[in-house]
Amino acid sequence: MVRALLNVPKRARVGEIIEIRLLISHPMESGQRRGPNGQPYPRDIIHSLRAEFDGELVVELDLYPAIAANPFFAFTMQAEHSGTLSLTWIDDHDTVQTEHAQIEVA
Amino acid sequence: MRHALFALLLLLTPLTLAAAPRSGHDDAGLSIQAMQDDDTQNPGMLWVAQGEAMWDANAGTGQRCASCHGAITAMRGVAARYPAWDPTQNRPLSLWQRINHCRTDHQGAEALDVESDAMLSLTAALGHQSRGMPVSIATDGPMAEVIETGRRLHQTRQGQLNLSCAQCHDDLAGHHLAGSRIPQGHGNGYPEYRLEWQTLGSLWRRVRNCLTGVRATPYAADSAEMVAIEAYLAARAQGLNVETPAVRP
Repeated sequence: MVRALLNVPKRARVGEIIEIRLLISHPMESGQRRGPNGQPYPRDIIHSLRAEFDGELVVELDLYPAIAANPFFAFTMQAEHSGTLSLTWIDDHDTVQTEHAQIEVA
Repeated sequence: MRHALFALLLLLTPLTLAAAPRSGHDDAGLSIQAMQDDDTQNPGMLWVAQGEAMWDANAGTGQRCASCHGAITAMRGVAARYPAWDPTQNRPLSLWQRINHCRTDHQGAEALDVESDAMLSLTAALGHQSRGMPVSIATDGPMAEVIETGRRLHQTRQGQLNLSCAQCHDDLAGHHLAGSRIPQGHGNGYPEYRLEWQTLGSLWRRVRNCLTGVRATPYAADSAEMVAIEAYLAARAQGLNVETPAVRP
């Protein structure tokens, strides 16, 4: 599967408020559902997500169960200079995934 | 005279309503419609992106889909014409069956299951190329008989509940089953993302859902009945646009 679709404006004016959108392919198994043998499916959710712009923290999220599969995140940030936005998330298998996007600010 | 006109209008209204098919998109809630309409939010786009990558990747003996067909954008309008008659096999093929024949005959790759992520990705990516184009299945020639078979199946009562597809999706469409509005049951958005499934699924999965719901034996994915139902649904949806990947509740 394609891991994620990250949508950011490629260009922005200095000081402009831009919206970052991220759609992640993930089962977000809550740990509450039971399989055919009566045993619960082990929990497998993205438990933390962090966005950095040129190493500076933009947003950090702690996530809990009861979030649907293939979660969608949107947040805004103010663009002061050109740089790289990197989003990193970690799930219960300790899989770390990162997506990058370049934003030109002028 | 005015009364006569009014009476005529009253008479005509249900007819025109019955004639124009209504997409399940319009029966879904506003938040679900918004989710489908915005590509950055539509989770089906994850599969579309995957399918577009598969189109340009080697499969089996190293043949890519693009080796013969060119860029996937050249497939615009193809999915809108399926199911289509295949003269070499003398039977109608659904889009996923056509893809499997390409894979086994030309690419030396293994056939994919209709509900596998890989097949859903390919059908979603192909369907997506036709988004916004009217459903335009052939209704003449050998397909006429297939569609007629599908129409008969659609109107046949089956299962322990003894219900036909048409009883809900033709006669009671727009009414409610518990809290949910009954849609007309068109196939113009498949494969589609259902919140109930938490994933993308094929038309076969949706039909299987209905059939087990009325406690009937579901059609096998590869069966002639399933292709016939799909063909009839496509003929019935003529006038609607392809919405792949649609989002439904």
